[in-house]
Amino acid sequence: MSLRSPLGRVLGLGAAKEGASHWWTQRVTSVALVFLGLWFVAALAGLPDYGYETVRDWIAAPVNAVLLAVLTGTTVYHSQLGVQVIVEDYVAHYGLKIATMLLINFVHVVLGALGIFAVLRIAFGAAE
Amino acid sequence: MTKLQRPLSPFLLYRWQYTNTLSILNRITGLALSIGLLLFVYWLVAAAGGADSYARAQDVFAHPLTKLALVGFSFSFFYHLANGVRHLVWDAGYGFERRTARLSGWVTFIASLVLTALLWIVLAIGNGGAA
Repeated sequence: MSLRSPLGRVLGLGAAKEGASHWWTQRVTSVALVFLGLWFVAALAGLPDYGYETVRDWIAAPVNAVLLAVLTGTTVYHSQLGVQVIVEDYVAHYGLKIATMLLINFVHVVLGALGIFAVLRIAFGAAE
Repeated sequence: MTKLQRPLSPFLLYRWQYTNTLSILNRITGLALSIGLLLFVYWLVAAAGGADSYARAQDVFAHPLTKLALVGFSFSFFYHLANGVRHLVWDAGYGFERRTARLSGWVTFIASLVLTALLWIVLAIGNGGAA
């Protein structure tokens, strides 16, 4: 027996087997970020100084570059999911909600692209 | 569609408790970290831009207000991380006993304070306070 209303079925609304994907993705990214986040803070705290050469060489090291790119991508994803929930909870006006969501999604995508591009640029030696 | 007269969920707090304090703090620190993400990306982009742009970023990061924000971001990081793990344990179905939940709440809060302090002590010793 289906619990969906006839109207809901006709309109094609409903979870369509993806109802939990937002919730689940938030958990998956959070587990990844426990490790990536602790690695980043520990590695950063372990640097002898934060001058240009030290930081550039640290980012350019292959393992660091890959982990930094993954950290950036995962953080952006997790942040987008989290901020989305906040907007959904507190922005009541429908049009404003959609507009805010669009803006927030665009900002997150740009931040992710910028961060990963910057890491790759340093890793491939294109930064001076 | 007709508007049904349904009971509202009790979103208005009837009593302030540690549970909702820790819960809203998780959201606030999460939002703070989303803002901190801007600084993180700025740091990477500045480093990718070369020595000059990185030197400008160092001025920004050396500013007292930025330092203050970084302390806030680091506390947010540790709190959101610890409380996030607490939530993951709940998601797995454990830790709901009143005593356990209260204890894990205290552990989360105190651990994030201690870790924040520890991080800044390490930073201060490691490079003579020049971040």
